[in-house]
Amino acid sequence: MTPFPWLTILTIVPVAGAIVLLGVTERNKNLARWLALAFSFLALALTLILWWHFNSATGGMQFQERYTWISTLGVQYHVGIDGLGLLMLLLSSIVVPIGMVASWQIQERVPLYFSFVLLLQACLFGTFTALNFFHWFIFWELGLVPAFFLIKLWGGPRRTPAATQFLVYTMVGSIALLLAFLAIFLATGKFDFIDLAKLAQNGQLMPAVIGKLGWHRFTPEHVALMIFAGAFLGFAVKVPLVPFHTWLPSAYSEAPTGTTILLTGAMSKMGLYGFLRILLPIFGAEMQVVLTPLLWLAVATIVLSAYAALAQKDLKRIFAYSSVNHLGYCLLGIFAVMKFTGGDAALTAEKYAAMNGVLLQMFNHGLTAATLFWFVAMLEKRSGGPRGLNDFGGLRKVAPVFTGLMGIALFSSLGLPGLNGFVGEFLIFKGSFPLVTWATALSVLGLLVTAIFILGILQRVFSGPLNEKWMSLPDLTTGERLALAPAIGLMFALGLWPQLLLSVINNTVIQMVQQLRF
Amino acid sequence: MTWIVQNLWLVPALPILAAGASALAKQRNRMFAASLAIGSMAISFLLSVWAFAHVLWLGNHGEDVRQVVNFRWFQFGNEWLKLGWVLDPLTAVMLLMVTFVGLLIFIYSVGYMKHDENFTRFFCFLALFAGAMLGVVIANSLLLLFMCWEIVGLTSYLLIGFWYANPRAAAAAKKAFIVTRIGDLAFFLGMVWLYAQAGTLLFYDGGAGCLEHSALLGLVAQTTAIGMAASTGIALLIFCGAAGKSGQVPLHVWLPDAMEGPTPVSALIHAATMVAAGVFLIARIYPLMSAPQAGMAIALTPTVALQVVTWVGAITAVFGAMIAVAHYDIKRILAYSTISQLGYMMMGLGVGGVAVGMFHLITHAFFKSLLFLGAGSVIHGCSGEQDIRRMGGLGKLMPITFATYAVGMLALCGFPLFFSGFWSKDAILHAAHSWSVSQAPFYMGAFGALLTAFYMTRQVYYVFGGKSRLAATSHVLHHASDSTNTMPHASTPPHESAAVMTIPLMILAAFAMLLGLIGTPAWPWLQSFLDGQRATSDFAAFSNASLLSVMVSSSLLVFLGLGLGWWFYGRKPIADADAPDAFGQLQPRIFAVLGHSFYVDELYGATILRLNAWWSHVCDWLDRWIWNGAVQTVSHLVLGFAWLDNFLDAHVVNAGFDEGCQGVSRSGQVLSLLQGGRVQNYLRMIGLALIALVVFLLWGARE
Repeated sequence: MTPFPWLTILTIVPVAGAIVLLGVTERNKNLARWLALAFSFLALALTLILWWHFNSATGGMQFQERYTWISTLGVQYHVGIDGLGLLMLLLSSIVVPIGMVASWQIQERVPLYFSFVLLLQACLFGTFTALNFFHWFIFWELGLVPAFFLIKLWGGPRRTPAATQFLVYTMVGSIALLLAFLAIFLATGKFDFIDLAKLAQNGQLMPAVIGKLGWHRFTPEHVALMIFAGAFLGFAVKVPLVPFHTWLPSAYSEAPTGTTILLTGAMSKMGLYGFLRILLPIFGAEMQVVLTPLLWLAVATIVLSAYAALAQKDLKRIFAYSSVNHLGYCLLGIFAVMKFTGGDAALTAEKYAAMNGVLLQMFNHGLTAATLFWFVAMLEKRSGGPRGLNDFGGLRKVAPVFTGLMGIALFSSLGLPGLNGFVGEFLIFKGSFPLVTWATALSVLGLLVTAIFILGILQRVFSGPLNEKWMSLPDLTTGERLALAPAIGLMFALGLWPQLLLSVINNTVIQMVQQLRF
Repeated sequence: MTWIVQNLWLVPALPILAAGASALAKQRNRMFAASLAIGSMAISFLLSVWAFAHVLWLGNHGEDVRQVVNFRWFQFGNEWLKLGWVLDPLTAVMLLMVTFVGLLIFIYSVGYMKHDENFTRFFCFLALFAGAMLGVVIANSLLLLFMCWEIVGLTSYLLIGFWYANPRAAAAAKKAFIVTRIGDLAFFLGMVWLYAQAGTLLFYDGGAGCLEHSALLGLVAQTTAIGMAASTGIALLIFCGAAGKSGQVPLHVWLPDAMEGPTPVSALIHAATMVAAGVFLIARIYPLMSAPQAGMAIALTPTVALQVVTWVGAITAVFGAMIAVAHYDIKRILAYSTISQLGYMMMGLGVGGVAVGMFHLITHAFFKSLLFLGAGSVIHGCSGEQDIRRMGGLGKLMPITFATYAVGMLALCGFPLFFSGFWSKDAILHAAHSWSVSQAPFYMGAFGALLTAFYMTRQVYYVFGGKSRLAATSHVLHHASDSTNTMPHASTPPHESAAVMTIPLMILAAFAMLLGLIGTPAWPWLQSFLDGQRATSDFAAFSNASLLSVMVSSSLLVFLGLGLGWWFYGRKPIADADAPDAFGQLQPRIFAVLGHSFYVDELYGATILRLNAWWSHVCDWLDRWIWNGAVQTVSHLVLGFAWLDNFLDAHVVNAGFDEGCQGVSRSGQVLSLLQGGRVQNYLRMIGLALIALVVFLLWGARE
């Protein structure tokens, strides 16, 4: 009996929405908006059904579908989710409606805009469920197209170079990734992630590749490292890891804020997802070899981007760098897990902690960063454009509710206990400290600098004497408060009761760690 | 297990719930927020009394005075992270102090903040603070303690910056949060290190907790790369957190600025409770602080960690007291005094143990909150004036405030026998006197005691003595922080405050005198209670020669300080607000250095802050020019190769003349496309390169 194809349907829903929206005429702006939101809520409802039916007692793949597609190439349509995939689906389903609501004020080509947003969501779903490289890569690449056009057509004044840089940069990474997988495919004839992971665990993957592609000038180790480097580059650009991050600040700040929410909330997780789903199981041994430089890059990502955020004057650029910083903690945790520890049970437990922390941090960052950019969108709507750190002052006087709720989101980003950001960071640091002590200790500097620029925002935008210009700046409307309530509520819920997510991902994490082979 | 132990979580939870409810309340529901906060605090106080009685009962019946309740929070891997709460004598004493002082200050605030437009928010923040602080007190897990500790820091931030429209308040709030966070991050590292070493963050867990014997044995046996025991490293890192919160040198700079907050906040948070949280933390983890390194005979030499605590405390005690001599702002003097007294507490912990430090913590909480509330009453009575040079003569106008303030002042100075500060400070000095490492902390403490008596006498003469100098003051009002917000009229003459403010003062004054009786050498009840033993009275203790000599000499120093204060400030009434300070005239250079607080802020501004700003610009520059520059270079190289490729195509491959002519024009067109930044062309190039590489790979594979 074929099980009900939940995941395929989930991916099709936003595609269908995108097609329907293309039929809406330019003038029916509100119809387009509400239709898009309805489709995204339908997707959210489907994800919640998946969440409900997901069996968290096993960490393995569920809701699997497998059909032969191109038999000569060994390409199958193979989808399935484990705790990681489910978590990412949930995050995407939450972030996309936030992005849509934050894009409400867009007036030009509204149906097309929301159609692209839904298309992007479909690509996210496709990427997070695919288990075969072939269609995984199609979704991964296709996701760039709506993102490119969203930046290019609706972005800020310097949108064209930003969009181009975004596209070309991630494309270069993707091509490196594609080459690496072509090499692997040539050697093994396999595209399936799970099969490849099994080969890697048995230690058969790289010998096969080297046997097939054994260039006499290179040692087998070098060939393996080159293939790893290709795959690594693809994900490192996407996350991003310093120094492959320079596309990000301009893309995030030039994109319309509703799109930035999608980029930071969901798309940045594609890179980390790739690390977890592909690099860790398949390239464990190679990561092991270059672990020390990778750790330094993670520390650089954390510390340099936090300091760079401190120097920015544009709220969106601050949050853009802050995003790089927050994802840097995920990378630190991932690299710490790759440390070879033999069979030491205590250190394996630390790996469970770090890995759970990474997954939590991915979700929490998505939620918090999306909410913060949402606040920026609301601020832009009120100010009519300006969003600089020094453009405001004393807003708390006229917009106390805005200040209070954004304050909660800011402190969540800062990692205040009781809000969602803390638990993930705590688990990452707790797990990483015994594994990679010095890198972890240095990374703490990032937490300090984050506090400085977050409080700087509160000080300059919301405190001090009220800037005369914004005397009549309106506070949040009832509708906005109601729309924000679930996001803010979730921040508290996950801060106080992290078991809500951990109970779903923990068994997957245990499996992922146990499957690591060096 | 009894009800109160099982439900001890209610003590912090009630104020937090009250805070949540009043956060959702409208601004105008003033009395709703205030009564909710006061009501929840009153219930918490009653529960604390019950908890205290329960611990007493346990002690009297010879049962274990430490009761813990642990619960699961979340699971990672195969283990559960547990949190919990503990009821032991330390918790019980702190709970009583925090809820009682807190309750009095809540009531006082109703009067003090009466005219503030954000009255509702104020009580919301106060209640949240109280809840978080009580959470710190009952936590049986370093993680839970840290979480509450951070929320305490948040409320401190919110309340210092309560008058957010004032840029100085906003800056002070940010400074407080960041300076304490520096310490907190060291604390955080110490915590994850402890977790890695001990495998748990629960303090007490039936023998498996991190403060219990087996875990401590493991911690002292581990040595780090620099030859230090893991226990020492962890203890020092956690102490950094305590030093940040408790304003120890060099992380003290935030506390004087924190006086920008409303005065009840200064009393509750920045004098009585939160700043004492650092001292409490060290008392809580005392088994870890005092765990002797392997091979070291127990109790012969203090551990490295405790020696550091002692020295930092002693330096802070003198440092704060010296600066307090030369300030004119009534609240800043008290703030530096608080820093100094916190130094005493740390020193007490270092030289004498938990009981000595905690005794001073408790007595200080009462007399210092009394002094702050008295200062608040003075500021209120003087319509917002905070400069002591522009006060004077208030003794007659505000008799209750004056009387209670005098009690607080004498308690702080350690006036012999009748005031609590005497007994608690003497316990510290006595312990320092018999410290095996060095006598210097004793002498530093004694010098600090002299200074304390001196600066408090100076302050009291300035504020309450002589004639009123308030007349010439109206021009300073606009920058006195409390003035613009809470004060009804700027020009009413000095007056006594309302009963809602003076009654808490009187209650606190009574405690400032009587509390000393719980810890005298003759009947060291508090000390025995904290050790879980029954107190016995022994008046023969006074005949101990070293004890007596310390008591007498410290009393003499207090008299000397009071006398010097009188000599400089009391002998001739201060006539004029602009008259130079009497001591400042004598030693202008020293006075200037002290008046600028040893230029520590300026030093940090010139070094750390500039370095930080510079480095952030370096990172920004790296981003714009180096990382991005590299990328741009690569992309231009790619474009260059594409151009070269095209050039060869046109001129070499199609070598014919006619072809060449056409080729030139075609290449011109293509070139303009190439450099037009059009994505299709980039993609085409990438595709070509991809094909080339695949061909290359296949070709390589064939070999």
